[in-house]
Amino acid sequence: MRRTGVFVCHCGSNIAGTVDVERVAKEAAKFPNVVFATDYKYMCSEPGQQVIKDAIKEHNLDRVVVASCSPRMHEPTFRRCLESAGMNPYLFEMANIREHCSWVHPDKEKGTIKSIDLVRKAAAKVVKDEPLQKSSIGITKRALVIGGGIAGIQVALDIADAGFPVTIVEKEPTIGGRMAQIDKTFPTLDCSACILTPKMVDASQHPNIEILSYSEVEKVEGYVGNFDITIRKKARSVDMSKCTGCGTCWEKCPTKVDSEFDMQLGKRKAIYTPFPQAVPNKPVIDRVNCTKFRTGKCGICQKVCPTGAVDYEQQDELITEKYGAIVVATGFNQFDHSVYGEYGYGKYPDVITGLHFERLINASGPTMGKIKRPSDHKIPETVVFIKCVGSRDEAKGKSYCSRTCCMYTAKHATLVHEKIPGSKSYIFYMDVRTPGKGYEEFYKRTAEEYEAQYIRGRVSKVYQKGDKLVVRGEDSLIGRPVEIEADMVVLANAMVAREDAGDLARTLGISYDKDNFFTEAHPKLRPVETHTAGVFLAGACQGPKDIPDSVAQAGAAASKAIGLLSKTQMESDAIVSNVDESRCSGCMICKGICPYKAIDAKLITERVGGKMAERQVAAVNKSLCQGCGACTVACRAGCLNLLGFTNEQILAEVEAVCL
Amino acid sequence: MSLNTEALPKSQEVTASPEAAPQPWEPRIVGFACNWCTYAGADLAGLSRLQYPPSIRLIRVPCSGRVNPQFVIRAFQRGADGVLVAGCHPGDCHYSTGNYFTRRRFLLMQRLLEYMGMDPRRFQARWISGSEGPKFQQVVTQMTEDIKALGPNRKMRDVE
Amino acid sequence: MKYAYYPGCSLHSTGIEYDMSSQLVAGKLGVELKEIPDWNCCGASAGHTTNHLLGLALPARNLAIAEKEGLDVMAPCASCYNRMKTSEVAVKSSEETKAKVAEVTEMEYEGKVGVKSALEVFVKEAGLDAIKSLAVKNLGGMKIAAYYGCLLVRPVGIGFDDPENPMTMDDMVTALGGEAVDWPFKTECCGASLPTAREMVGLKLVYDILTMAQSAGAEAIVTACPLCFMNLDMRQNDLNKKVDNANFQLPVFYFTELMAIAFGEKPAKTGVRKHFVDTSSVLAKYNLK
Repeated sequence: MRRTGVFVCHCGSNIAGTVDVERVAKEAAKFPNVVFATDYKYMCSEPGQQVIKDAIKEHNLDRVVVASCSPRMHEPTFRRCLESAGMNPYLFEMANIREHCSWVHPDKEKGTIKSIDLVRKAAAKVVKDEPLQKSSIGITKRALVIGGGIAGIQVALDIADAGFPVTIVEKEPTIGGRMAQIDKTFPTLDCSACILTPKMVDASQHPNIEILSYSEVEKVEGYVGNFDITIRKKARSVDMSKCTGCGTCWEKCPTKVDSEFDMQLGKRKAIYTPFPQAVPNKPVIDRVNCTKFRTGKCGICQKVCPTGAVDYEQQDELITEKYGAIVVATGFNQFDHSVYGEYGYGKYPDVITGLHFERLINASGPTMGKIKRPSDHKIPETVVFIKCVGSRDEAKGKSYCSRTCCMYTAKHATLVHEKIPGSKSYIFYMDVRTPGKGYEEFYKRTAEEYEAQYIRGRVSKVYQKGDKLVVRGEDSLIGRPVEIEADMVVLANAMVAREDAGDLARTLGISYDKDNFFTEAHPKLRPVETHTAGVFLAGACQGPKDIPDSVAQAGAAASKAIGLLSKTQMESDAIVSNVDESRCSGCMICKGICPYKAIDAKLITERVGGKMAERQVAAVNKSLCQGCGACTVACRAGCLNLLGFTNEQILAEVEAVCL
Repeated sequence: MSLNTEALPKSQEVTASPEAAPQPWEPRIVGFACNWCTYAGADLAGLSRLQYPPSIRLIRVPCSGRVNPQFVIRAFQRGADGVLVAGCHPGDCHYSTGNYFTRRRFLLMQRLLEYMGMDPRRFQARWISGSEGPKFQQVVTQMTEDIKALGPNRKMRDVE
Repeated sequence: MKYAYYPGCSLHSTGIEYDMSSQLVAGKLGVELKEIPDWNCCGASAGHTTNHLLGLALPARNLAIAEKEGLDVMAPCASCYNRMKTSEVAVKSSEETKAKVAEVTEMEYEGKVGVKSALEVFVKEAGLDAIKSLAVKNLGGMKIAAYYGCLLVRPVGIGFDDPENPMTMDDMVTALGGEAVDWPFKTECCGASLPTAREMVGLKLVYDILTMAQSAGAEAIVTACPLCFMNLDMRQNDLNKKVDNANFQLPVFYFTELMAIAFGEKPAKTGVRKHFVDTSSVLAKYNLK
């Protein structure tokens, strides 16, 4: 026999105006297991709570029902009240007789009957309530940042400044990412390297930051606060502890290879750093192209190295470390425009992408900042820009707007005008979208002062005619076809997810959308969290973003990670799933249902017929479980139950309201 | 899992206030509402004083995906005239995928109920977000009307 | 292999060379062609532009006759092929359209058989290996611009080859020992019937194609469409008269003519003597006479 107390609130006249609260209390007193029922003007007020506390003592109550407003409003209040009276706060239910009754049913008789039903429902559930405990877990106070572009660097600096150790894992030989390839930044035309490289140096010199370049995340185990992460440090063939970055090796290396950093427009050596300001400024050997690795002959770099750092025998190294939080900042790729037959499937050398253009215009790029077209190094006089290549095109590309292309194309047209006197730029566009501070003004300047001619329409064909590229399209504003003989065509390729984003998402247990961008936990209210607790997102891996947005998001992700790491213990909610191991058959259907990867198999030993036997059962990780209850319905044996919302409790409610 | 129903006073037996006239039959609808969307939507309907028939009794669950078909069957067995399962809009689930399970189960359940000889219109699933107070009002009003037209559920009452 | 053969109006008139050479190639490749009995107009040119349902029903009637015999249709003319393919896809994808078409034609077409172009049958299905093994003469490196025109590989999604850069004919040329030049005007518009209605507009389009083929180094153009053929072949003389400095003498072939010649047929039998632009000198140059 439980001893339940029922407390009916008037809420001034909010409830009492349309519900006969005294009658509700009187009826409630007749319910089974109810030993005390009363009503009061304001249950949530200080004296109201005192009424509850006094009754608990006086009547020796072990269950409490409050009939008042929505539990979304005052459940925490009354739980605290029970706690201060020495009771477990989960031995409590609310009947929502305000939002769901008195405010919506003006008929006092009907409202009163419904209120009595709702109280009966709560009273039926509360007797099946069990005391629940919040669990807590320890937190490893270290963060891992995957990706060393501007977003990753910013996240790392912010977390490190807050006093927590951070590791940046970057798969390229240097941090810096896409921003390092870019020449100038819109809308201010700041030099990208001038604002990025100091941050790279800050990161490398920060006492709390460790940079693992040329490394990749191999495996992620564990859960929020306690991730065990295996990182593959790819063999650089250079001993980082001996190398001084003097550069003798790459000066002497005889093998020239197309530079990825320069978008294949320039050359690098087989032992190389991607660019002079690389961090760490120590080379790697590209084993695919290195003569020593291909033929066994050469070995010049080893001979010339003054510190003996070149090591052809070096192997990949796997390290496993513990981290409390993970921030994913893996960035983006450019859309591969070779699906566009109308632009020549990528076969014309002078049809280039935005990133190619960035390298061409960069003072430290392959042309020393002179805009020369790739085919014959002529300086182009007429440049055509085509926007929305791969974006806003459901037939051949992506449905989304890539957000940055309008602005970087405007920037490119401005730079063409500045760098090539007498040149002319044409820009084919669908819409010009410039939502950012100072962006619209920049675009206006490009069109008006820098004389870029904007043509609203799509390009139907680009073809080579002599040494010109004929761009044929439509000016949809005047409804006429246009043909422009250009010297160079620059495509504003969409930003797309990294091709291996899906693999990383599976490794991390986070979700990704139809375009392989990682999905945030809530598109508006939780933009940097993922559904996996302890994993956060920054930068363009979540969707196309420009530099200001990436940096802002990086700061947000860092603050979320700092919030997590600043706790010593993390409390997790008591409303979690629970396995009845005696009945669990270990079928593990629940495992696939769980959106949080909170369920895993475990082995238990039990006595069967006098012998000890091992058996697989499901186990819920209480720190990962978010209490949705999806698994409970999937469980065929009914041995999974959601504490606080058990099958028995809900069925009791059903029975109570159906009387 | 059974409850001593004998011990509970039936709502019809609740002492009627003296001035109350005999009430015509009102359907009894059991509603399962997810905590994050529909329960909040019902709260908003209250906050906005949107009136609807007092036919529905809402049971709060964390997610519409928590609703076991067993709960629905039990409600019908105990004489509920209608059952509503309501949660977040597809794609908006607080737990990312819970309402997709609901959506699939709903279709199966309707077919099962039809097979059992019940009118499947007695069982409805709806997506009502936390900002859709008017939609909650409209759904309950409409469902009450529909079930009034169908009459009381006698089919499964007390079938064990 | 057996196909219902749909010659359409062209192959029995202005495009007779295409018919002659197609029959020869079919014979060599062992493809049996059975002309559809009582066939009607495919609805190209004027029909489909005046009434959408008529445009679907006309080819559907021909397909329905073929379906009775259980044969897929081979339509060499690009325009016939395009109309029939459109009708086939429309009937297959909508029960409503199927019913409407059946009502108009008073014949059932269920979409069980479909249409293929001659390029598809003779090159894609026969295969390049079979073509190579049947060839007794080699094109000897003749530089050829493969011209597909606008209808053969469009609309996107239903054609048998890439709509922007089709390669079927180029592959055939290469297999027979010719050199398929890379040029950007494979699917340009030839002007269709414009040279009749608005002469200079149509002629300009022909002029552009011929000029581009020449600048790509082509010694001949190969095509798979009777209308393209007619415009490119017949209008050269016109252009030479009406455009300053124009002096075109660029032979144009049906791809089937080149195949038949390579398979050892006498050029005269394939129809190349009927062309407006002389073909004999280029054939002589590569010992194909």
